Order: sequence, then structure tokens, then C-alpha cells
Amino acid sequence: MKTVKLSIIGFGAVGQGVARSIVLKKEALKKQGIDLRVVGIADSKGCEVNANGIDLKSALLRKKENGCVAKGAESAIDIIREIEQDIIVEVTPTNIENGEPGLSNMTAAFESGRHVVTSNKGPLALCFSDLKECAEDNGLIFRYEATVGGAIPIFNLVHEALAGNTIIGIEGILNGTTNYILTRMAEERLPYEHVLREAQELGIAETDPTYDVEGIDSACKLVILANSIFGQSATYRDVDVTGITKITPEALELAGRNNYVVKLICEAGNGVLTVAPHLVPRRHPLAVGGTLNVASILTDLAGRITISGKGAGSIETASSILSDILYIARNS
Amino acid sequence: MIVSMSLELKDIPGQLVLALTPISELHGNIMSVLHHRDERTPTGTIPVQITFGIEQEVLDELIDRLEKSGVRVARVGEERLRAAVSVILIGHIVHSDIRDTIDMIDSTGFAEVVDLSLSMPGIEKASSAYLVINATGEKELKRSLDILRKVAKKKDLLMIEPLRLNSEVT
Ligand SMILES: NC(=O)c1ccc[n+]([C@@H]2O[C@H](COP(=O)([O-])OP(=O)(O)OC[C@H]3O[C@@H](n4cnc5c(N)ncnc54)[C@H](OP(=O)(O)O)[C@@H]3O)[C@@H](O)[C@H]2O)c1
Repeated sequence: MKTVKLSIIGFGAVGQGVARSIVLKKEALKKQGIDLRVVGIADSKGCEVNANGIDLKSALLRKKENGCVAKGAESAIDIIREIEQDIIVEVTPTNIENGEPGLSNMTAAFESGRHVVTSNKGPLALCFSDLKECAEDNGLIFRYEATVGGAIPIFNLVHEALAGNTIIGIEGILNGTTNYILTRMAEERLPYEHVLREAQELGIAETDPTYDVEGIDSACKLVILANSIFGQSATYRDVDVTGITKITPEALELAGRNNYVVKLICEAGNGVLTVAPHLVPRRHPLAVGGTLNVASILTDLAGRITISGKGAGSIETASSILSDILYIARNS
Repeated sequence: MIVSMSLELKDIPGQLVLALTPISELHGNIMSVLHHRDERTPTGTIPVQITFGIEQEVLDELIDRLEKSGVRVARVGEERLRAAVSVILIGHIVHSDIRDTIDMIDSTGFAEVVDLSLSMPGIEKASSAYLVINATGEKELKRSLDILRKVAKKKDLLMIEPLRLNSEVT
């Protein structure tokens, strides 16, 4: 039996999803010879630490009832540095101004000899190559499947399954909120503002929807993809971005009458990094509806491969994180 | 206009030049020549397929000159513009503006706006337009999109272009 110790830094939708998925899969994983033990959990108010493994069910319950997991006063950085463990799961909020607190958490993890698994886009959209280098210099594994496309295994597909292929280009829809808005506008012929409000009420769009609707969230994901796949060291500021706020229901109707849909498409390849609304033929594999995400990868040997799935959600995102944790468990 | 002509040449040297010369003389723009050297028509002539751009006004004159030089014109057809693209424009599009924009594409000679649907929900609201542009080839299509892009930028219109897949033709 291989015991793998980890901490969850950030205990919101994704952090709790990770805890729930570990509870759910504990026995199945033991049968595969892997014993996952969460030794630390931190949220913004405090932390819980237990070197023998935290009781995740009661931590989840306490978070639900009290709004915090805090039992101890240690900070996230203390947990990362002081507790003996293999992996830091960094799932604090995305900050694209300076990447914090994620950036310091990840750096501290590498400096302390811990592998990192994350869903936090901020640090990767700002300093991808620095983080990658920091991991490599310390002989550690850095996995970030959940940062792009939620549950969709894009990086796994490109780096593992398509190993040996040269990737020529990638197009995709990497933001579920805008996809939902465009889909609803087209289906119901409703104006942008109306559908945005509806999406906010459903919890699909945030109170401040700027990052989503202006294409910034898409740009962050695109840049992470491009850096990881093409070895670039771009930041999200290098992406040419056009959002969806100016799109009218009439435009969508005109498109629909001609068998097109309008989608916020991310494109990388050939030195191009763009996020912009595009006309997509209705039956095209990229024309996925609702909150779905999709990525289409053009390779030299395999040709074109397209995958779609859920781009967000607590347990869906945790699926990618769990997969990364298990990759490390098997390869370290 | 772009014309596709089926000609029949006598099976003696120099006939192809004889066929091409009047097209050049009348400022035609030859795009392709398909010379079926080893085929024969029932009358023993060699069929040739030529595609070229030319002013409509001189087409009759051209046919005249070809026939006079002994080249038989078996078929004349207008070639449809070969590449097409759909584009959406959103913003404060005014009728005069869109006319002006269309003229800029049409006056290139290699592209034209063949379809336009306009939706104007109200004076204060943004209008939406759906355009189909045809061009003589992919390169010309790209050039007409470049023109449109510049106009859209100048007039602060959002231009929604078709998805183009990396290294695949549009
Ligand atoms: N939700 C998704 O579907 C999804 C999908 C893909 C990627 N992501 C990314 O995953 C990350 C987490 O998303 P989420 O939806 O779980 O966000 P969330 O619900 O807002 O949770 C963030 C968590 O981080 C904690 N936190 C904030 N500042 C902290 C600090 N300085 N130290 C320790 N913990 C801190 C918060 O504490 P409190 O609980 O005390 O507020 C909260 O528990 C984000 O970067 C997001 O962009 C999310």
C-alpha cells in the first residue's frame, strides 16, 4: 500500500469537491494500492491539521455548518511548509492581478519539496514558465488539468495520449458562462442583459461577470494551454481578446437562419492567440450548447481530435484534480 | 466577370497561343488553362478549357476575334465566384454606411457582397447585418476580409468572422 499525504489549500466549491471525491473513492483506491490521506485543510479563516489523516466527512460538515474549517491558527503557508506531505492541492481563488495567494502557496510548496496540483488559473496565466521551472529545478511534478476545461482532460490528452504528435493548433470554447449566455440568447431571442441576469440568478454567472463576458477568463485558459503545449511563456495579456457584450439577439437570429451559431472561440497555434466570437456551422463539433466546454486539437499524426464536457462544477473539477493526484501517486 | 470557355483547337502547332492572345489583348486575366492534348472531339479538334476574368463589355468582341482566327468557341459560361464567406457586423450601422462598405468590397473587382440581411431593432439600438461575400479565390477572400476588418474597426462595429481552423482552408 502506498500512502500519499496531501493538503487542500482553499476549501470552497472545488476544495470541498476534492474532499468529497476522496471520501467517495477511498475504498476503490485502496484496492488499487493507494491510500490518500488529507493531512491539512485551509480556508481563508484558518485550518485543520492532522498528520494521521483528517476525518473529511466531519470537516465537510463543519464547513457547511460554521462556514469555516478552522480548528488551528496555522496559515496556509505554515501548513505547506511545516507538515510532512507529498502533494499540495492549491484551490484558492483565481487572482489575475498578481496571482496571490496561489503563487506564494505554489512556490512555497516547490521549495518545501511538495508536488503541486491546482485548479487556480491566476498564477499559471501570469508566470507559467517560472512555476514550471521551479518544479523542475526541485525535481517535482506540477499538474494543472483542472485549470482549463474543468472536467475535460485536455492536458492528459495532449501530453500523454497524443504523445509523439506535434500539435498544430487548438480551438475551443473554454468558458461555460459565456457559452450559456450565447446559447440562451439564440434559443430564446432574448437580449444579452436579460440572459446575463438569468445566468446570475442560476449561479452560472458571477455578480461581477466582467472576467467571463469580456473574454478574460477564456484568455487565461488559452494562455495556459498555449504555454503548456507549445512551450511558450505568454501571459494572458498577450491574448487578443474580444468579448460577447456587444452581441445582439438579432445577430444570433441572422446567423441561425443561415445555419450558424455564434460561439466565443479561443484559438492558439501559428503564433496566434485570440479569443473572439466566431460564426460556427451549426453541426460543427465545436458548436456545443449550454455551459459545455469543448476543445479541438489539430495534430500532425492523429489529425483532428475534439473533446467536450463540463467546464466547471465542484465534483467535475475535482475529477481532474483527483486524476492529477493519482498521476503523482503512481509516478513519484 | 469570370468566364469559363470551352474552345476547340485545330491539331496543328501554335493554336493555343492563337487562343490566348486575344484574351490578353482585351485585358483579360487568365486564371487557368486546361489543355486536353490527348483528347479529340469527333471532328478531330483538341478541347481546351480556359478560365479568365474579363470586362463583360468586351466578351462578344473576344468571341468574334477567336472565331475569326479559326478557334471554335464551343461553350461560354460565367464562372461563379469560387470562394464564399459569411460575416456578421454589429453596431450602429446606417444605411449609407453599409452601402459604402459594400461598395468597397464590390469595387475590388475580385470580390462582391452577394447577400445582405439587415436587422435594425430601433434607432437607439445596435443593428446587426449578415453579409455573404464571394471572391475569385481564397486569397482574394482573405483580402476582402482585411478590408472589411479595417472598416469595422474605423466605424466601431463588432465583426464576427467564421471559424477558421488552423492550417485548414476556410
Ligand atoms: N468552481 C469551479 O467549477 C472551478 C472550475 C475550474 C477552476 N476553478 C478554480 O479553482 C479555484 C477554486 O474555485 P472555487 O470555485 O472552489 O472557489 P471558492 O468557492 O471561492 O473557494 C475558494 C476557497 O479559497 C479559500 N481562500 C481564499 N483565500 C485564501 C487564503 N488566503 N488562504 C487559504 N484559503 C483561502 C476560501 O476561503 P473561505 O471559504 O473562507 O472563503 C475558499 O474556501 C479558483 O481558482 C477557480 O478559478 C473553479
